[in-house]
Amino acid sequence: MKGRTLGRHFRESLKSISRNGWMTFASVSAVTVTLLLVGVFVMIMMNLNKIADDLEKDVEIKVYVELTADEASITKLEQEIKETAGVAEVKYSPKGDELSKLVVDFGEDLRLYDQQNPLHNVFYAKATNPQETEAVAKKLDRLDNTFEVKYGEGKIENLFSFLNTGRNVGLVLILALLFTAMFLISNTIRITIVARRRDIEIMKLVGATNWFIRIPFILEGMWLGILGSIVPITLVTVLYYNISNLLAPKLKQGKLFELLDFSPFIYQVNGLILLMGVLIGVWGSFMSVRKFLRV
Amino acid sequence: MIEMINVYKKYPNGIVAANGIDVKIEQGDFVYVVGPSGAGKSTFIKMMYREERPTSGDILINGTNLASLKNSKVPYLRRQIGVVFQDFKLLPRLNVYENVAFALEVIEETPKVIRKKVMDVLELVGLKHKARMFPTELSGGEQQRVSIARSIVNTPQLVIADEPTGNLDPETSWEIMNIFEEINARGTTIIMATHNREIVNTIRHRVIAVEGGLITRDEYGGEYGYEG
Repeated sequence: MKGRTLGRHFRESLKSISRNGWMTFASVSAVTVTLLLVGVFVMIMMNLNKIADDLEKDVEIKVYVELTADEASITKLEQEIKETAGVAEVKYSPKGDELSKLVVDFGEDLRLYDQQNPLHNVFYAKATNPQETEAVAKKLDRLDNTFEVKYGEGKIENLFSFLNTGRNVGLVLILALLFTAMFLISNTIRITIVARRRDIEIMKLVGATNWFIRIPFILEGMWLGILGSIVPITLVTVLYYNISNLLAPKLKQGKLFELLDFSPFIYQVNGLILLMGVLIGVWGSFMSVRKFLRV
Repeated sequence: MIEMINVYKKYPNGIVAANGIDVKIEQGDFVYVVGPSGAGKSTFIKMMYREERPTSGDILINGTNLASLKNSKVPYLRRQIGVVFQDFKLLPRLNVYENVAFALEVIEETPKVIRKKVMDVLELVGLKHKARMFPTELSGGEQQRVSIARSIVNTPQLVIADEPTGNLDPETSWEIMNIFEEINARGTTIIMATHNREIVNTIRHRVIAVEGGLITRDEYGGEYGYEG
Protein backbone atom coordinates (compact mmCIF):
# COMPACT_ATOMS: atom_id res chain seq x y z
CA MET A 1 0.00 0.00 0.00
CA LYS A 2 1.24 3.42 -0.90
CA GLY A 3 1.66 6.19 1.65
CA ARG A 4 -0.92 8.43 0.05
CA THR A 5 -3.46 5.61 0.23
CA LEU A 6 -2.90 5.45 3.96
CA GLY A 7 -3.43 9.21 4.06
CA ARG A 8 -6.60 8.71 2.06
CA HIS A 9 -7.78 6.11 4.59
CA PHE A 10 -7.18 8.57 7.44
CA ARG A 11 -9.12 11.34 5.68
CA GLU A 12 -11.86 8.88 4.79
CA SER A 13 -12.24 7.69 8.39
CA LEU A 14 -12.50 11.27 9.66
CA LYS A 15 -15.00 12.12 6.95
CA SER A 16 -17.06 9.12 7.90
CA ILE A 17 -17.03 10.17 11.56
CA SER A 18 -18.45 13.58 10.73
CA ARG A 19 -20.88 12.47 8.02
CA ASN A 20 -22.35 9.67 10.12
CA GLY A 21 -23.35 12.22 12.78
CA TRP A 22 -25.87 10.35 14.91
CA MET A 23 -24.26 6.96 14.54
CA THR A 24 -20.98 8.43 15.69
CA PHE A 25 -22.75 10.08 18.59
CA ALA A 26 -24.37 6.78 19.60
CA SER A 27 -21.11 4.86 19.52
CA VAL A 28 -19.15 7.56 21.30
CA SER A 29 -21.81 7.74 24.03
CA ALA A 30 -21.66 3.99 24.58
CA VAL A 31 -17.88 4.14 24.78
CA THR A 32 -18.04 7.13 27.15
CA VAL A 33 -20.45 5.54 29.60
CA THR A 34 -18.64 2.22 29.78
CA LEU A 35 -15.18 3.73 30.00
CA LEU A 36 -16.34 6.06 32.76
CA LEU A 37 -17.60 3.05 34.71
CA VAL A 38 -14.37 1.19 34.11
CA GLY A 39 -12.27 4.22 35.05
CA VAL A 40 -14.04 4.91 38.33
CA PHE A 41 -14.09 1.26 39.21
CA VAL A 42 -10.40 0.76 38.48
CA MET A 43 -9.67 3.83 40.58
CA ILE A 44 -11.58 2.41 43.54
CA MET A 45 -10.09 -1.06 43.20
CA MET A 46 -6.51 0.17 42.92
CA ASN A 47 -6.93 2.27 46.03
CA LEU A 48 -8.52 -0.54 48.00
CA ASN A 49 -5.62 -2.70 46.92
CA LYS A 50 -3.18 -0.08 48.13
CA ILE A 51 -4.96 0.10 51.49
CA ALA A 52 -4.84 -3.69 51.73
CA ASP A 53 -1.11 -3.67 50.97
CA ASP A 54 -0.54 -1.03 53.64
CA LEU A 55 -2.48 -3.04 56.19
CA GLU A 56 -0.39 -6.09 55.41
CA LYS A 57 2.84 -4.16 55.67
CA ASP A 58 1.88 -3.11 59.19
CA VAL A 59 1.96 -6.70 60.37
CA GLU A 60 4.96 -7.16 62.66
CA ILE A 61 6.58 -10.08 64.40
CA LYS A 62 7.50 -9.33 67.96
CA VAL A 63 10.46 -11.32 69.29
CA TYR A 64 10.87 -11.20 73.09
CA VAL A 65 14.47 -11.73 74.15
CA GLU A 66 15.25 -13.99 77.11
CA LEU A 67 15.79 -11.97 80.30
CA THR A 68 19.03 -13.81 80.88
CA ALA A 69 20.54 -12.88 77.56
CA ASP A 70 23.62 -10.68 77.77
CA GLU A 71 24.72 -7.90 75.43
CA ALA A 72 26.78 -10.23 73.22
CA SER A 73 24.03 -12.77 72.70
CA ILE A 74 21.55 -10.00 71.91
CA THR A 75 23.83 -8.76 69.15
CA LYS A 76 24.22 -12.32 67.96
CA LEU A 77 20.45 -12.81 67.96
CA GLU A 78 19.92 -9.63 65.95
CA GLN A 79 22.38 -10.94 63.39
CA GLU A 80 20.62 -14.29 63.27
CA ILE A 81 17.20 -12.67 62.79
CA LYS A 82 18.56 -10.56 59.98
CA GLU A 83 19.97 -13.62 58.28
CA THR A 84 16.76 -15.62 58.56
CA ALA A 85 15.20 -16.17 55.15
CA GLY A 86 12.10 -14.09 54.55
CA VAL A 87 12.90 -11.31 57.03
CA ALA A 88 12.76 -7.85 55.48
CA GLU A 89 13.78 -5.62 58.40
CA VAL A 90 14.55 -5.78 62.08
CA LYS A 91 14.25 -3.10 64.71
CA TYR A 92 15.67 -3.42 68.21
CA SER A 93 13.73 -1.94 71.06
CA PRO A 94 15.40 -2.22 74.51
CA LYS A 95 13.16 -2.76 77.49
CA GLY A 96 13.47 0.91 78.49
CA ASP A 97 11.82 1.95 75.26
CA GLU A 98 9.15 -0.67 75.70
CA LEU A 99 8.31 0.79 79.09
CA SER A 100 8.12 4.30 77.66
CA LYS A 101 5.53 3.04 75.19
CA LEU A 102 3.48 1.62 78.02
CA VAL A 103 3.73 4.90 79.89
CA VAL A 104 2.40 6.73 76.87
CA ASP A 105 -0.50 4.31 76.60
CA PHE A 106 -1.40 3.71 80.23
CA GLY A 107 -0.13 6.68 82.24
CA GLU A 108 2.69 8.04 84.38
CA ASP A 109 2.02 5.56 87.20
CA LEU A 110 4.02 3.00 85.32
CA ARG A 111 7.14 5.20 85.66
CA LEU A 112 7.52 3.43 89.01
CA TYR A 113 8.85 0.43 87.16
CA ASP A 114 11.81 2.46 85.84
CA GLN A 115 14.01 1.20 88.63
CA GLN A 116 13.23 -2.44 88.18
CA ASN A 117 11.96 -2.94 84.64
CA PRO A 118 10.22 -6.33 84.31
CA LEU A 119 9.85 -6.09 80.54
CA HIS A 120 11.78 -7.99 77.88
CA ASN A 121 14.05 -6.49 75.27
CA VAL A 122 12.25 -6.83 71.98
CA PHE A 123 13.04 -7.21 68.27
CA TYR A 124 10.40 -6.08 65.79
CA ALA A 125 10.71 -7.95 62.49
CA LYS A 126 8.77 -7.70 59.28
CA ALA A 127 8.42 -10.47 56.74
CA THR A 128 9.39 -9.74 53.13
CA ASN A 129 6.08 -11.23 52.09
CA PRO A 130 3.51 -10.36 54.77
CA GLN A 131 1.47 -13.44 53.83
CA GLU A 132 4.37 -15.60 55.10
CA THR A 133 4.48 -13.97 58.52
CA GLU A 134 3.47 -17.15 60.32
CA ALA A 135 6.24 -19.26 58.76
CA VAL A 136 8.87 -16.61 59.46
CA ALA A 137 7.66 -16.27 63.05
CA LYS A 138 8.08 -20.01 63.58
CA LYS A 139 11.64 -19.88 62.27
CA LEU A 140 12.48 -17.00 64.59
CA ASP A 141 11.04 -18.92 67.54
CA ARG A 142 13.64 -21.65 66.98
CA LEU A 143 16.57 -19.24 67.47
CA ASP A 144 18.52 -19.23 70.79
CA ASN A 145 17.76 -16.66 73.45
CA THR A 146 14.24 -16.01 72.30
CA PHE A 147 11.67 -16.04 75.06
CA GLU A 148 8.55 -15.77 72.98
CA VAL A 149 7.52 -14.84 69.45
CA LYS A 150 4.20 -13.13 68.76
CA TYR A 151 2.66 -11.94 65.54
CA GLY A 152 -1.05 -11.56 66.20
CA GLU A 153 -1.75 -15.20 65.39
CA GLY A 154 -5.40 -15.87 64.60
CA LYS A 155 -6.10 -12.23 63.81
CA ILE A 156 -3.75 -11.80 60.88
CA GLU A 157 -4.89 -15.04 59.27
CA ASN A 158 -8.39 -13.62 59.25
CA LEU A 159 -7.15 -10.29 57.95
CA PHE A 160 -5.18 -11.90 55.17
CA SER A 161 -7.98 -14.16 54.00
CA PHE A 162 -10.34 -11.17 54.07
CA LEU A 163 -7.95 -9.08 51.98
CA ASN A 164 -7.31 -11.92 49.54
CA THR A 165 -11.01 -12.50 49.03
CA GLY A 166 -11.45 -8.77 48.49
CA ARG A 167 -8.72 -8.73 45.87
CA ASN A 168 -10.16 -11.69 44.00
CA VAL A 169 -13.68 -10.27 44.05
CA GLY A 170 -12.31 -6.96 42.72
CA LEU A 171 -10.42 -8.72 39.95
CA VAL A 172 -13.50 -10.69 38.91
CA LEU A 173 -15.62 -7.53 38.95
CA ILE A 174 -13.09 -5.63 36.81
CA LEU A 175 -12.91 -8.49 34.31
CA ALA A 176 -16.69 -8.71 34.17
CA LEU A 177 -16.93 -4.97 33.64
CA LEU A 178 -14.30 -5.06 30.89
CA PHE A 179 -16.13 -7.87 29.19
CA THR A 180 -19.44 -6.02 29.36
CA ALA A 181 -17.77 -2.88 28.04
CA MET A 182 -16.30 -4.76 25.09
CA PHE A 183 -19.62 -6.38 24.31
CA LEU A 184 -21.59 -3.15 24.59
CA ILE A 185 -19.23 -1.03 22.54
CA SER A 186 -18.56 -3.54 19.81
CA ASN A 187 -22.30 -4.08 19.49
CA THR A 188 -22.95 -0.38 19.04
CA ILE A 189 -20.20 -0.18 16.46
CA ARG A 190 -21.60 -3.25 14.76
CA ILE A 191 -24.98 -1.54 14.39
CA THR A 192 -23.38 1.45 12.71
CA ILE A 193 -21.53 -0.85 10.34
CA VAL A 194 -24.56 -3.03 9.60
CA ALA A 195 -26.24 0.17 8.45
CA ARG A 196 -23.40 0.43 5.94
CA ARG A 197 -23.19 -3.15 4.70
CA ARG A 198 -24.53 -1.96 1.35
CA ASP A 199 -21.61 0.46 1.16
CA ILE A 200 -19.21 -2.42 1.68
CA GLU A 201 -20.94 -4.45 -1.01
CA ILE A 202 -20.69 -1.52 -3.45
CA MET A 203 -17.02 -0.96 -2.67
CA LYS A 204 -16.33 -4.60 -3.45
CA LEU A 205 -18.16 -4.32 -6.78
CA VAL A 206 -16.00 -1.35 -7.74
CA GLY A 207 -12.88 -3.41 -7.17
CA ALA A 208 -11.76 -2.48 -3.66
CA THR A 209 -9.67 -5.10 -1.90
CA ASN A 210 -10.73 -6.21 1.56
CA TRP A 211 -7.99 -4.24 3.26
CA PHE A 212 -8.87 -1.13 1.31
CA ILE A 213 -12.39 -1.36 2.76
CA ARG A 214 -11.32 -2.50 6.20
CA ILE A 215 -8.69 0.07 7.10
CA PRO A 216 -10.95 3.18 7.10
CA PHE A 217 -13.44 1.30 9.27
CA ILE A 218 -10.72 0.25 11.69
CA LEU A 219 -9.40 3.81 11.87
CA GLU A 220 -12.95 5.00 12.44
CA GLY A 221 -13.21 2.58 15.36
CA MET A 222 -9.99 4.04 16.72
CA TRP A 223 -11.42 7.59 16.53
CA LEU A 224 -14.60 6.44 18.25
CA GLY A 225 -12.46 5.01 21.07
CA ILE A 226 -10.42 8.20 21.37
CA LEU A 227 -13.48 10.47 21.26
CA GLY A 228 -15.25 8.24 23.77
CA SER A 229 -12.38 8.40 26.25
CA ILE A 230 -12.22 12.21 26.42
CA VAL A 231 -15.08 12.67 28.88
CA PRO A 232 -14.11 9.72 31.13
CA ILE A 233 -10.49 10.91 31.29
CA THR A 234 -11.55 14.45 32.17
CA LEU A 235 -14.05 13.38 34.81
CA VAL A 236 -11.78 10.78 36.39
CA THR A 237 -8.92 13.30 36.54
CA VAL A 238 -11.06 16.04 38.10
CA LEU A 239 -12.60 13.56 40.53
CA TYR A 240 -9.30 12.14 41.69
CA TYR A 241 -7.69 15.56 41.84
CA ASN A 242 -10.33 16.63 44.31
CA ILE A 243 -10.13 13.40 46.26
CA SER A 244 -6.38 13.61 46.66
CA ASN A 245 -6.52 17.30 47.59
CA LEU A 246 -9.51 17.35 49.90
CA LEU A 247 -10.22 13.85 51.17
CA ALA A 248 -6.82 12.16 51.20
CA PRO A 249 -5.12 14.59 53.66
CA LYS A 250 -7.91 14.08 56.17
CA LEU A 251 -7.71 10.34 55.91
CA LYS A 252 -3.96 10.55 56.36
CA GLN A 253 -4.30 12.80 59.38
CA GLY A 254 -6.79 10.45 60.95
CA LYS A 255 -4.17 7.71 60.40
CA LEU A 256 -6.89 5.60 58.82
CA PHE A 257 -5.20 4.92 55.52
CA GLU A 258 -3.35 6.56 52.66
CA LEU A 259 -4.59 6.79 49.09
CA LEU A 260 -2.44 6.49 46.00
CA ASP A 261 -0.68 9.71 45.01
CA PHE A 262 -2.30 11.76 42.27
CA SER A 263 0.71 11.99 40.01
CA PRO A 264 1.71 8.64 38.55
CA PHE A 265 -1.60 6.98 39.36
CA ILE A 266 -3.91 9.24 37.37
CA TYR A 267 -1.71 8.90 34.26
CA GLN A 268 -1.88 5.13 34.56
CA VAL A 269 -5.66 5.17 34.87
CA ASN A 270 -6.05 7.62 31.98
CA GLY A 271 -3.65 5.61 29.85
CA LEU A 272 -5.67 2.51 30.60
CA ILE A 273 -8.93 4.25 29.66
CA LEU A 274 -7.50 5.52 26.37
CA LEU A 275 -5.91 2.20 25.53
CA MET A 276 -9.14 0.36 26.26
CA GLY A 277 -11.16 2.80 24.18
CA VAL A 278 -8.87 2.40 21.20
CA LEU A 279 -8.54 -1.36 21.52
CA ILE A 280 -12.26 -1.92 21.85
CA GLY A 281 -13.04 0.49 19.01
CA VAL A 282 -10.57 -1.15 16.67
CA TRP A 283 -11.56 -4.64 17.68
CA GLY A 284 -15.28 -3.88 17.37
CA SER A 285 -14.86 -2.44 13.88
CA PHE A 286 -12.63 -5.24 12.75
CA MET A 287 -15.03 -7.94 13.86
CA SER A 288 -18.07 -6.20 12.39
CA VAL A 289 -16.53 -5.52 8.98
CA ARG A 290 -15.17 -9.03 8.80
CA LYS A 291 -18.69 -10.39 8.67
CA PHE A 292 -19.64 -8.39 5.60
CA LEU A 293 -16.43 -8.87 3.66
CA ARG A 294 -17.14 -12.53 3.03
CA VAL A 295 -19.02 -11.76 -0.17
CA MET B 1 -12.36 -11.25 -25.61
CA ILE B 2 -15.15 -12.80 -23.55
CA GLU B 3 -15.83 -16.46 -23.96
CA MET B 4 -18.19 -18.76 -22.08
CA ILE B 5 -17.65 -22.47 -22.62
CA ASN B 6 -20.33 -24.92 -21.53
CA VAL B 7 -21.28 -22.90 -18.46
CA TYR B 8 -23.67 -24.37 -15.89
CA LYS B 9 -24.97 -22.62 -12.82
CA LYS B 10 -27.12 -24.32 -10.21
CA TYR B 11 -28.09 -22.35 -7.11
CA PRO B 12 -28.22 -24.01 -3.68
CA ASN B 13 -32.04 -23.87 -3.82
CA GLY B 14 -31.97 -26.13 -6.90
CA ILE B 15 -32.72 -23.52 -9.57
CA VAL B 16 -30.64 -23.98 -12.71
CA ALA B 17 -29.96 -20.52 -14.11
CA ALA B 18 -27.41 -21.50 -16.76
CA ASN B 19 -27.78 -24.80 -18.52
CA GLY B 20 -24.77 -25.07 -20.79
CA ILE B 21 -24.08 -21.63 -22.21
CA ASP B 22 -21.56 -21.19 -25.04
CA VAL B 23 -20.93 -17.68 -26.29
CA LYS B 24 -18.18 -15.46 -27.63
CA ILE B 25 -18.19 -11.67 -27.48
CA GLU B 26 -15.56 -9.70 -29.40
CA GLN B 27 -13.86 -6.52 -28.27
CA GLY B 28 -15.96 -3.49 -29.25
CA ASP B 29 -19.27 -5.35 -29.46
CA PHE B 30 -22.48 -3.83 -28.12
CA VAL B 31 -24.66 -6.68 -26.86
CA TYR B 32 -28.21 -6.59 -25.54
CA VAL B 33 -29.12 -9.48 -23.29
CA VAL B 34 -32.89 -9.99 -23.38
CA GLY B 35 -35.31 -12.55 -22.01
CA PRO B 36 -38.19 -12.95 -19.58
CA SER B 37 -37.64 -12.40 -15.86
CA GLY B 38 -36.10 -15.37 -14.12
CA ALA B 39 -34.75 -16.81 -17.36
CA GLY B 40 -31.11 -16.53 -16.31
CA LYS B 41 -30.32 -13.09 -17.69
CA SER B 42 -29.01 -11.70 -14.43
CA THR B 43 -27.00 -14.82 -13.68
CA PHE B 44 -25.46 -14.63 -17.17
CA ILE B 45 -24.40 -11.03 -16.46
CA LYS B 46 -23.32 -11.59 -12.86
CA MET B 47 -21.02 -14.44 -13.78
CA MET B 48 -19.03 -12.05 -15.98
CA TYR B 49 -17.87 -9.91 -13.06
CA ARG B 50 -17.63 -12.85 -10.70
CA GLU B 51 -20.58 -11.87 -8.53
CA GLU B 52 -21.64 -15.47 -9.18
CA ARG B 53 -19.32 -18.38 -9.83
CA PRO B 54 -20.34 -21.00 -12.41
CA THR B 55 -21.01 -24.50 -11.09
CA SER B 56 -19.07 -25.88 -14.06
CA GLY B 57 -17.64 -24.65 -17.36
CA ASP B 58 -15.19 -21.86 -18.13
CA ILE B 59 -15.58 -18.11 -18.46
CA LEU B 60 -12.62 -16.37 -20.06
CA ILE B 61 -12.21 -12.62 -19.97
CA ASN B 62 -9.04 -11.38 -21.67
CA GLY B 63 -7.55 -14.80 -21.02
CA THR B 64 -8.42 -14.93 -17.29
CA ASN B 65 -10.59 -17.87 -16.33
CA LEU B 66 -13.18 -16.62 -13.85
CA ALA B 67 -14.24 -20.15 -12.96
CA SER B 68 -10.92 -20.77 -11.23
CA LEU B 69 -10.19 -17.19 -10.14
CA LYS B 70 -9.31 -16.93 -6.45
CA ASN B 71 -11.49 -14.71 -4.26
CA SER B 72 -8.49 -12.57 -3.43
CA LYS B 73 -7.98 -11.81 -7.14
CA VAL B 74 -11.59 -10.73 -7.76
CA PRO B 75 -10.96 -7.03 -6.95
CA TYR B 76 -8.30 -6.89 -9.67
CA LEU B 77 -10.73 -8.40 -12.18
CA ARG B 78 -13.40 -5.84 -11.28
CA ARG B 79 -11.01 -2.98 -11.90
CA GLN B 80 -10.88 -4.03 -15.56
CA ILE B 81 -14.67 -4.10 -15.84
CA GLY B 82 -17.11 -1.23 -15.37
CA VAL B 83 -20.43 -2.30 -13.91
CA VAL B 84 -23.67 -0.27 -14.01
CA PHE B 85 -26.71 -1.36 -12.01
CA GLN B 86 -30.42 -0.80 -12.17
CA ASP B 87 -30.36 0.65 -8.63
CA PHE B 88 -27.21 2.73 -9.35
CA LYS B 89 -25.32 1.47 -6.25
CA LEU B 90 -23.80 4.80 -5.34
CA LEU B 91 -22.24 5.36 -1.93
CA PRO B 92 -24.80 7.55 -0.12
CA ARG B 93 -22.32 9.37 2.11
CA LEU B 94 -20.02 10.37 -0.71
CA ASN B 95 -20.79 13.19 -3.11
CA VAL B 96 -20.79 12.81 -6.89
CA TYR B 97 -17.11 13.60 -7.26
CA GLU B 98 -16.08 11.24 -4.45
CA ASN B 99 -18.24 8.42 -5.77
CA VAL B 100 -16.51 8.54 -9.15
CA ALA B 101 -13.09 9.12 -7.58
CA PHE B 102 -13.52 5.99 -5.45
CA ALA B 103 -12.91 3.74 -8.47
CA LEU B 104 -9.55 5.46 -8.95
CA GLU B 105 -8.58 5.58 -5.28
CA VAL B 106 -8.97 1.83 -5.24
CA ILE B 107 -6.17 1.49 -7.81
CA GLU B 108 -4.07 4.02 -5.87
CA GLU B 109 -3.99 6.63 -8.61
CA THR B 110 -2.31 9.98 -7.81
CA PRO B 111 -4.63 12.81 -6.64
CA LYS B 112 -3.70 14.88 -9.67
CA VAL B 113 -4.64 12.18 -12.14
CA ILE B 114 -7.80 11.41 -10.15
CA ARG B 115 -8.98 15.02 -10.31
CA LYS B 116 -8.40 15.25 -14.05
CA LYS B 117 -9.99 11.92 -14.94
CA VAL B 118 -13.02 12.45 -12.69
CA MET B 119 -13.71 15.92 -14.06
CA ASP B 120 -13.31 14.67 -17.63
CA VAL B 121 -15.73 11.85 -17.15
CA LEU B 122 -18.24 14.03 -15.31
CA GLU B 123 -18.10 16.36 -18.26
CA LEU B 124 -18.84 13.47 -20.58
CA VAL B 125 -21.99 12.53 -18.65
CA GLY B 126 -22.91 16.19 -18.21
CA LEU B 127 -22.69 16.41 -14.42
CA LYS B 128 -19.62 18.57 -13.94
CA HIS B 129 -21.72 21.30 -12.28
CA LYS B 130 -23.17 18.85 -9.74
CA ALA B 131 -19.88 17.35 -8.57
CA ARG B 132 -20.38 18.48 -4.96
CA MET B 133 -23.93 17.17 -4.64
CA PHE B 134 -24.90 13.97 -2.84
CA PRO B 135 -26.73 11.10 -4.57
CA THR B 136 -29.97 11.79 -2.69
CA GLU B 137 -30.02 15.30 -4.14
CA LEU B 138 -30.02 13.98 -7.71
CA SER B 139 -32.74 12.60 -9.98
CA GLY B 140 -32.68 8.93 -11.01
CA GLY B 141 -31.25 9.75 -14.40
CA GLU B 142 -28.50 11.84 -12.86
CA GLN B 143 -27.65 9.12 -10.38
CA GLN B 144 -27.40 6.63 -13.21
CA ARG B 145 -25.08 8.98 -15.06
CA VAL B 146 -22.86 9.15 -11.98
CA SER B 147 -22.84 5.38 -11.84
CA ILE B 148 -21.85 5.23 -15.52
CA ALA B 149 -19.15 7.83 -14.92
CA ARG B 150 -17.76 5.66 -12.13
CA SER B 151 -17.82 2.57 -14.33
CA ILE B 152 -15.81 4.18 -17.14
CA VAL B 153 -13.48 6.54 -15.27
CA ASN B 154 -10.89 3.80 -15.15
CA THR B 155 -11.21 3.34 -18.98
CA PRO B 156 -12.11 -0.35 -18.84
CA GLN B 157 -12.37 -2.38 -22.04
CA LEU B 158 -15.66 -3.84 -20.89
CA VAL B 159 -18.75 -2.23 -19.38
CA ILE B 160 -21.51 -4.45 -18.04
CA ALA B 161 -24.91 -2.91 -17.40
CA ASP B 162 -27.72 -4.75 -15.61
CA GLU B 163 -30.96 -3.07 -16.68
CA PRO B 164 -29.48 0.42 -16.50
CA THR B 165 -32.74 2.05 -17.66
CA GLY B 166 -35.01 -0.14 -15.54
CA ASN B 167 -35.77 2.59 -13.01
CA LEU B 168 -35.83 5.53 -15.41
CA ASP B 169 -38.50 7.28 -17.47
CA PRO B 170 -38.31 6.91 -21.29
CA GLU B 171 -36.76 10.28 -21.98
CA THR B 172 -34.00 9.80 -19.42
CA SER B 173 -33.43 6.31 -20.75
CA TRP B 174 -32.58 7.72 -24.17
CA GLU B 175 -30.07 10.10 -22.62
CA ILE B 176 -28.43 7.18 -20.84
CA MET B 177 -28.36 5.19 -24.09
CA ASN B 178 -26.63 8.06 -25.84
CA ILE B 179 -23.87 7.93 -23.25
CA PHE B 180 -23.49 4.17 -23.75
CA GLU B 181 -23.35 4.69 -27.51
CA GLU B 182 -20.59 7.21 -27.06
CA ILE B 183 -18.62 4.87 -24.81
CA ASN B 184 -19.07 2.05 -27.30
CA ALA B 185 -17.90 4.31 -30.14
CA ARG B 186 -14.55 4.56 -28.33
CA GLY B 187 -14.10 0.81 -28.67
CA THR B 188 -15.39 -0.31 -25.29
CA THR B 189 -17.37 -3.54 -25.23
CA ILE B 190 -20.83 -3.08 -23.74
CA ILE B 191 -23.04 -5.86 -22.45
CA MET B 192 -26.45 -4.68 -21.36
CA ALA B 193 -29.30 -6.69 -19.90
CA THR B 194 -32.55 -4.92 -20.65
CA HIS B 195 -36.33 -5.19 -20.78
CA ASN B 196 -36.69 -2.08 -22.94
CA ARG B 197 -38.02 -3.26 -26.35
CA GLU B 198 -38.11 0.27 -27.76
CA ILE B 199 -34.44 0.81 -27.17
CA VAL B 200 -33.45 -2.61 -28.52
CA ASN B 201 -35.57 -2.14 -31.63
CA THR B 202 -34.41 1.41 -32.29
CA ILE B 203 -30.67 1.35 -31.61
CA ARG B 204 -29.86 -1.93 -33.33
CA HIS B 205 -27.05 -4.07 -31.93
CA ARG B 206 -26.31 -7.70 -31.32
CA VAL B 207 -29.13 -9.34 -29.33
CA ILE B 208 -28.62 -12.40 -27.15
CA ALA B 209 -31.85 -13.94 -25.85
CA VAL B 210 -31.62 -16.07 -22.71
CA GLU B 211 -34.44 -18.45 -21.78
CA GLY B 212 -34.42 -21.33 -19.33
CA GLY B 213 -30.71 -20.91 -18.79
CA LEU B 214 -29.92 -21.29 -22.48
CA ILE B 215 -29.10 -18.90 -25.30
CA THR B 216 -32.12 -19.28 -27.60
CA ARG B 217 -31.23 -16.56 -30.10
CA ASP B 218 -28.06 -14.63 -30.98
CA GLU B 219 -28.24 -12.24 -33.93
CA TYR B 220 -26.53 -9.00 -34.95
CA GLY B 221 -29.02 -6.15 -35.40
CA GLY B 222 -31.81 -8.32 -33.99
CA GLU B 223 -35.13 -7.29 -32.49
CA TYR B 224 -36.25 -7.45 -28.91
CA GLY B 225 -38.61 -10.23 -29.89
CA TYR B 226 -40.89 -10.46 -26.85
CA GLU B 227 -44.38 -9.13 -26.51
CA GLY B 228 -44.95 -6.20 -24.17
